[in-house]
Amino acid sequence: MKNQIEIVLKDGIRDVEAEKVASEAKNFLKIDTGEMKTGKIYNITYDLNKKEVIEFAEKGLKDEVINEVYINELYKNSKFKSFILVAKFPGVTDDEGFSAQKTLIDILGKKLDTSTQHIYTDKIYYIENKLPKEDLKLIAEKLLGNKLIHHLEYGKFTGSIDYVPEVKIDSSERVKIIDINLSDEELQQLSKSMLLSLNLEEMRAIKYYYLDQKTQKKRQQATLSLQPTDCELEVIAQTWSEHCKHKEFAATIKYVNHETGEIEEIDSLFKTYIKRSTEIIQKRLQKAGNNWLLKVFNDNAGVVKIDDNSVFVWKVETHNSPSTIDPYGGAITGILGNNRDPLGTGIGGGKLLFNTNVLCFGPPDYDKPLLAGQLHPKRIFEGVRHGIEDGGNKSGIPTVNGSIIFDERYSGKPLVYCGTGGVMPTKYAGVNSWEKNISAGDLIVMAGGRVGKDGIHGATFSSAEIDENSPQSAVQIGSPITQKLLSDFLQEAARKGLIKCSTDNGAGGLSSSVGELATICGGAVVNLEKVPLKYPNLKPWEIFISESQERMTLVVQQKKLAELKKLAAAREVELSNIGIFTNHGFLNVKYENETIAFLNMHFLHEGVPKKYMEAEWEPLNLCEPKLEPKLNYNLILEKLMGSLNICSRENVIRQYDHEVKGKTVVKPLMGDDGKAPQDAAVMRLNFDSNQGIAISNGIIPRYGDIDAYHMSAGAFDEAIRQIISVGGKLPDLNDRNNRFWTVNDNFCVPDSYYDPQKNPDGKQKLAKLVQMNKALFDMATFYNIPMTSGKDSMKNDFKAGDVKISIPPTILYSMVAKIEDVRTTTTSNFKQQGDLIYQVGKTYNELGGSEFYKLIGELGKNVPKVRMVEAKRLYEIMMQANEKNLLESAHDISDGGLAVALVESAFTNGVGIAISLPDYSELSYTAQLFSESHSRFVVSVKPENREKFEQLFQTNCHYLGKVTSNEQVKITGKKKILIDLPICKLKKTWDEGLNR
Amino acid sequence: MKVVKAIIITGFGINCEEEMAAAYKLAGAEANIVHLNEIFAGNVNIHEYDILNFPGGFSYGDDLGSGKVLANKMKYRKLRNGRTFLSEINSFVNSNKFILGICNGFQFLVKMGLLPNIYEKNQQEVTLTRNNSAKFEDRWVYLKANPKSKTPFLKGIDTIFLPVRHGEGKLITKNGKLRTAIKQKNLNCLSYCDEQGNISSQYPENPNGSEMDCAGLTDKTGNILGMMPHPEAFLSLYNHPDWHRLKRMNSNISEEGDGLELFKNIVQHIKKEELNGSTKVS
Repeated sequence: MKNQIEIVLKDGIRDVEAEKVASEAKNFLKIDTGEMKTGKIYNITYDLNKKEVIEFAEKGLKDEVINEVYINELYKNSKFKSFILVAKFPGVTDDEGFSAQKTLIDILGKKLDTSTQHIYTDKIYYIENKLPKEDLKLIAEKLLGNKLIHHLEYGKFTGSIDYVPEVKIDSSERVKIIDINLSDEELQQLSKSMLLSLNLEEMRAIKYYYLDQKTQKKRQQATLSLQPTDCELEVIAQTWSEHCKHKEFAATIKYVNHETGEIEEIDSLFKTYIKRSTEIIQKRLQKAGNNWLLKVFNDNAGVVKIDDNSVFVWKVETHNSPSTIDPYGGAITGILGNNRDPLGTGIGGGKLLFNTNVLCFGPPDYDKPLLAGQLHPKRIFEGVRHGIEDGGNKSGIPTVNGSIIFDERYSGKPLVYCGTGGVMPTKYAGVNSWEKNISAGDLIVMAGGRVGKDGIHGATFSSAEIDENSPQSAVQIGSPITQKLLSDFLQEAARKGLIKCSTDNGAGGLSSSVGELATICGGAVVNLEKVPLKYPNLKPWEIFISESQERMTLVVQQKKLAELKKLAAAREVELSNIGIFTNHGFLNVKYENETIAFLNMHFLHEGVPKKYMEAEWEPLNLCEPKLEPKLNYNLILEKLMGSLNICSRENVIRQYDHEVKGKTVVKPLMGDDGKAPQDAAVMRLNFDSNQGIAISNGIIPRYGDIDAYHMSAGAFDEAIRQIISVGGKLPDLNDRNNRFWTVNDNFCVPDSYYDPQKNPDGKQKLAKLVQMNKALFDMATFYNIPMTSGKDSMKNDFKAGDVKISIPPTILYSMVAKIEDVRTTTTSNFKQQGDLIYQVGKTYNELGGSEFYKLIGELGKNVPKVRMVEAKRLYEIMMQANEKNLLESAHDISDGGLAVALVESAFTNGVGIAISLPDYSELSYTAQLFSESHSRFVVSVKPENREKFEQLFQTNCHYLGKVTSNEQVKITGKKKILIDLPICKLKKTWDEGLNR
Repeated sequence: MKVVKAIIITGFGINCEEEMAAAYKLAGAEANIVHLNEIFAGNVNIHEYDILNFPGGFSYGDDLGSGKVLANKMKYRKLRNGRTFLSEINSFVNSNKFILGICNGFQFLVKMGLLPNIYEKNQQEVTLTRNNSAKFEDRWVYLKANPKSKTPFLKGIDTIFLPVRHGEGKLITKNGKLRTAIKQKNLNCLSYCDEQGNISSQYPENPNGSEMDCAGLTDKTGNILGMMPHPEAFLSLYNHPDWHRLKRMNSNISEEGDGLELFKNIVQHIKKEELNGSTKVS
């Protein structure tokens, strides 16, 4: 028996949501809806009497002031000729339904089951104009819902909605035995049909494992089939997936560079460049008696030491594929999932301090026809932005730093990088917080959300497999509230010493979390029937590999279980003891005493065959363009300020809460009118000291079209110089104050595995990846700035039929550096008229890959190069200048070059700039204004500090001019005016750049 | 000297509890962060405190409307002693104690019928709902304090600059009569204004489209204050979005943030009342 309640706004109350949809329909789809009205429908399957339903609606759902309630009839008004219903498919996260259930039991004082779903919410949109079905379909699918997760109805409203997305699954056989004794061809077929994503060599390794006499003997003893179970194959496939095992970063690569003639064999990019660079730095630090690098690579996040009482945990992940098919769901699960990494590092329970996000999209005014399954970049942008907003804001974690990059090659697959930093006490109940200790006999406890079919096989499931009553599994929507409860609980439990350690349930679900934890002690027994489910009749293997979100796996000592359970109940977090860790060397998975999987731990984790890949670098045939002799610099600057990669992100930034927790000291936008963009974020760590951190990111994919090495080195430099710009200090091996730097490297590349038909330029792409890694190694070891964690995403191609849209190879460096006193930091904007403006660092003729060249449709050849030795010397002088309080402002020069940096620095009310450029014979004004050479800053200095400043910087600074009070940007050459524009004009163009 | 005690409620998506506690500590009070369920379980007694605080956040993700689910819980669910939390709160208020709700906390107070509570029936008289921009926004706004407001929290404050961070902050009153009453009784204690202190209904000075440009309300006694902006986010000068320039213009500027003033006010007020013997001993 279903009851239905609808809540609408009273007449006369402004329906801002309806207005927004109507205006988007008009602007984006060119459909005139006329007036619109929204309603929310609650479908209730609890057995309630009429009185109870009325009481629940009136007290629980209705807002006295603005709402009207309809019970078992829906709002109907002849004024509205059309309607659209947006309901969820079975199994799609419905937080509002669950929240309504909580309120229902509070109001009725009844004991009802609130851990499975009984209230289902829909949204209904009433539309004044009588629109044709095609128009309604467009609004429904392009603005309101996503057909992968939403049930959409539209047309003329009859007055009733019957759809309720209850999950119904028929029970079927519990476990299947699969014949693995197959020919090569059949093995490949098996991998394909089971969606295992394993190649032939890997399938063969599995076959040989089962044929091995030792395996067979063990299986006979355990009275198991000699052939694998479905669950076993699923577990192996998950464990051996690219996502979990990073097979391409572990591969042997033959690298041939035709430019230099060198040929080398690289035994794992990860080991050779990333891990080795950190090991070298770690050794140097240890030699100097400095031990702030506490944990690298072998946990969910890296850990560094802040002081004797606290440690810093920090991780950046990508969530590209999920964001491609459902931008909102992909981004929110991305950020919430990434939150669980620092949360599940070591013992776990760190306090999450901030989020970051770096996003790469196609241009919002993309006008090519969309391929099958491809969403418009504007829609991806808005969905991802919204996901990050909800993921961060609702969790109370400020989003303090990020970037958005536009390039047409991200129109197929966007890149969504999510970062989270947190702080843990050094010790919990006397134990080092960052260590993971597990002994045989410790219990496996699952905490948080329940398990459904969500995310089984991740994104490989196609939309075709979703039908009316099957729970959706391709797309997942995060539940910030479930995670907030879990995270609050975990912090409390860790502080009370109730857990031994914890880990996230993300990709691969329990299979991955338990499987990885079990390597510490050497085995585990899991009882799957004890795992709480969202709905009945899941198969055991599905329970084990489901990626249902907002869950963590905890390791708990038997004697602490009762107290932990008590705390969980008090905090309304569901907890289940689902097994025990062993030292038997096997992962043993059971369902009601029947063994579902029995796998040798060593085989599971070390048995994956090593990949072999080929990289070959052919030099590119590039040249510098011939520029018109008389360029209109006014026009160029104005266009640059409004260009996609330079213009203001204010609309996005303001929708992220960037100051919850009250610790943000340098926010993304600062200044008297909150417009001036900043280089790095600065946060304090607590309220009773001035200790803090600076957070930055470096990413410049377009330089990779000329040179991947310099692109990677440049991105590394960009992240460093942003931190120097706000007043950070480079690492010092001999510093005794734990002046840590900690970096996450995130590689996102197109498919780089050579295949003569499918990927003919695979070797060249892989060569770029090798070069990016070499730059990482060179920069990290030169500066002693270590990678502490990271992630690679290797298949960023969007395919539809024969068409493939591949991203450019992209590397993001996300950096955090300790700041001794946040009160000494600097911001980018000029502070007072009369101050002197300098350029710090040298400009080269390096317009290659610049935003200016992009504007005129050129690529060029002279890509900006990092000159490490000079850059480091310069940064050290900047550090001294900061110590001496000589800098009133500092802004790093990047996209758009000096001209753009000057204008951005002048975003303080009432100021202007008067600049005169020196006349260099070897450097044109064009290059001086727009070249993007690295390691440079625009700084301003008080007139009385002129001498001190110039003495310190010597030839490393170039006097440019003054901050004026005429709100004009005036830049002159030796004899002529180059640029003369009112700031307000540039600011307006900059402000409105994304409105397209 | 009396130790002023502040209890700060947390749980279920409330997320500004730490800065709220820091505010009270900096203002010289003792601050305890307490999970709401500890009160329901009877483990913590609010009557042992002087100030009851509902911080900002996204309780239950703003599902069913901001603050609604927790307001329902406090209104209808029974504590261990058989009373509702709302009735405990009423006893708390009747003993001349103080309540502060910020952002999501203000939304609870409104939806529980504690603010403005003109008819003293704990019925909802106003609501806080979606901003006219249809967006969540984090931005700093100027606020003008109503000089006739009774609330000790705002004593001595004329204008103040604070961040708002909400998607549902537009105040709507149930009817014109209530609106008139709110104005007559000076319960609209904070209004959005421009930099010069002129009350403004222009976006973004009024960031959400609130009626009366109202950013905060008190009850008739002034003991209960609810406000959308976040004073606890401006405890230090270094929270200000233009602190570098302020420091440049005035090298002797205080390192304290203006938001701390509200907390110092209430702590001082309670200490003073104690000296005058007007508070009941807790």
